[in-house]
Amino acid sequence: MLNTFVVYVENKPGVLTRVASLFRRRAFNIDSLTVGRTEKPEVSRMTIVVDADRDQALRVEANLYKLVNVLFVENITGKSSISRDLAMIKVSATHGTRTHVLELANVFRARVVDVAPETLTIEITGPEAKIDGMLEVLRPYGIIEMVRTGVVAMRRGVTKLDQVPAAAAVEDSAGSAAADDNVSYSV
Amino acid sequence: MIKTGAQILWECLEQQGVTTVFGYPGGAILPAYDALKYSNIHHVLVRHEQGATHMADGYARASGRVGVAVATSGPGATNMVTGIATAMLDSSPIVCITGQVGSKLIGSDAFQETDITGVTLPITKHNYLVTHADQVAQTISEAFYVASSGRPGPVLVDITKDAQQSTCDFDGKPIKPQLPGYRPELAPTPDEYKKALELIHSAKRPVILAGHGIILSGAMEEVRQFAERNNIPVGLTLLGLGCFPASHPLSLGMMGMHGEAWLNTTIQEADLLIALGMRFDDRVTGSLKTYAPNAKKIHVEIDAAEVNKNVKVDVALVGDLKVVLREMLPKLKSQDRHEWLGYIDRLKGDSAVRDIQNLPDNGHLYAAHVINDLWRETLGSDTVIVTDVGQHQMWEAQYFKHEEPRTLITSGGLGTMGFALPAAIGVKAARPEAEVWAVVGDGGFQMTMCELATMVQENLKVNIAIINNGYLGMVRQWQEFFYDRNYEATPLLSPDFVKLADAYGIRAVSVTRRSEVVPTVEMTRKHKGPVLIDFQVEREDSVYPMVAAGAALHEMIRRPNPLEETAGDA
Repeated sequence: MLNTFVVYVENKPGVLTRVASLFRRRAFNIDSLTVGRTEKPEVSRMTIVVDADRDQALRVEANLYKLVNVLFVENITGKSSISRDLAMIKVSATHGTRTHVLELANVFRARVVDVAPETLTIEITGPEAKIDGMLEVLRPYGIIEMVRTGVVAMRRGVTKLDQVPAAAAVEDSAGSAAADDNVSYSV
Repeated sequence: MIKTGAQILWECLEQQGVTTVFGYPGGAILPAYDALKYSNIHHVLVRHEQGATHMADGYARASGRVGVAVATSGPGATNMVTGIATAMLDSSPIVCITGQVGSKLIGSDAFQETDITGVTLPITKHNYLVTHADQVAQTISEAFYVASSGRPGPVLVDITKDAQQSTCDFDGKPIKPQLPGYRPELAPTPDEYKKALELIHSAKRPVILAGHGIILSGAMEEVRQFAERNNIPVGLTLLGLGCFPASHPLSLGMMGMHGEAWLNTTIQEADLLIALGMRFDDRVTGSLKTYAPNAKKIHVEIDAAEVNKNVKVDVALVGDLKVVLREMLPKLKSQDRHEWLGYIDRLKGDSAVRDIQNLPDNGHLYAAHVINDLWRETLGSDTVIVTDVGQHQMWEAQYFKHEEPRTLITSGGLGTMGFALPAAIGVKAARPEAEVWAVVGDGGFQMTMCELATMVQENLKVNIAIINNGYLGMVRQWQEFFYDRNYEATPLLSPDFVKLADAYGIRAVSVTRRSEVVPTVEMTRKHKGPVLIDFQVEREDSVYPMVAAGAALHEMIRRPNPLEETAGDA
């Protein structure tokens, strides 16, 4: 089953590699991995979706904690939470089909972000299933290009961030390279 | 005070209590070597960087202190990889310091540039790339802390040439590690303790599986009390040997692939396994499907990631062994287990008859004779045996009865041939007062025998016992058992080891008869310098018992019983 982990890591160079390397080495199966900034500059946050049974999920957590730069791990699977994926879908839209595609976008509460003579580009945000659903209905019109960010997730209600140990403040000179890790990735 | 990164490096190592490092200089680490003139640290010049890591490893295992190895960038650093992986799998605390090309050159494929932090990522507990002098002190403080705390392991610190040369203000005050996410030790919950004690008190056939963690935690006394209080027999892993006295009535010897037959059967028939500081390696469990099928399992382990990795357990107590056992001891009841212990005694059955020690003397020299005589001769003295990997390693584990921790140093997890000689040099450097023997095979010895020169240059007395059978013996044994005796690439030509030793100025003798073993060991112990003994043993002897890879633990290939054989012939 899919397990979703929220992982806080120190915002330092190479931390993403350490996490990715761990998953490869232990043969854990990553479904998606995203990483980005948090409200604290010295902390980055990952959302990792892993295909694992219960025991494996516990070992994923324990192994993540073995990485010295990992601050906090929470498996939010089955807990009340919000998860979102964002997709941009470039779909073929001719005179005859343009209205249909626009209607479908409306139904899914997606936004059209680019209009070209032969295509429409649609931005949609939502749980993965919603995006999968939209892709399904758009496919007959011809999907030309598609990109997804991978899932980001958050617990509902009281945030857990207070439990995250305080990371060392980002230094001015030495820490500048750290910004490299702060872009969003999806694996 | 303004200092260079190189100066700060040595000062910080001194602060960590480092007195000896093992290394090999080169371009990218030269600034650090230049700054050695300001330091009291003794540098041991090795002959190959792999040797430096094994020496640091041996140093660490013999003393419990962090071992330090130094090398230059590129090939110097990559030569360390085997030694780092060895330390990783055996949880040995070492810090490896490598030079790196200048920070401006990183990524340009500069001369002798290797991304060694990338290469060693999966085989270090943690690693660092240092690009400025002002990061050196903080990094060294963290590296030593990470290497030695929790479950120990290797840490690599890669320092660019400009970081060694650049300067910053350094007041010499010790710096605290800043590792907000690092959780070296956890503690079990009261509930888990309660459940574990209930399992022990209701068990009829319990057995303790004692591992390396006991030595790392320093919990030998706690384990002894634990076993004695509840009358639980104790089986040991290879790396656990010495954590519980071999002569203790509750000791059952070594378990696993070449473990004692009665112990493997005991484990299979037990109703409770109490695993202390061991990780259910495949060499210990045999087939997992059939492993201890009727036993509940308690796992006391410092590394949470080991829990339920290979064997699913009923209770896991994640924490430092010494702390956990101390918590449990007052609540542990005394129980009478004479029936179970008596049963195990009977399991020993015909093992004594099969033992090579008791076979009729056919005039041949067997490795077991050599090891056993070495054990008898050194009994009661402060002796550390360092073994290589292969048949001789298993015979040592079977026939040398270790009473004390840190008296057997061997590469268990990675099984690194070539480990023994350099590791023994590290052991002797850490414990000059101890008698140190490297017990090696003719194959593994030739992988790192260049370190003989290091030993002589350092004036260290490490005695070397080569168990020479002219084969890569353990591989030959597998070929005999599982590959239809097709001895492909295992017959081994060796140099004349006596002449070789002579070239290094080391006294050496060759031994071919059992009667010569004891006098030669006596001579070796009396001789002031190191002695190399070339024991030319039976060529095609095998290690028994043996659990074939993937077989159930109780399905052992046994040494043929000579009495049964005779009966069959008649």
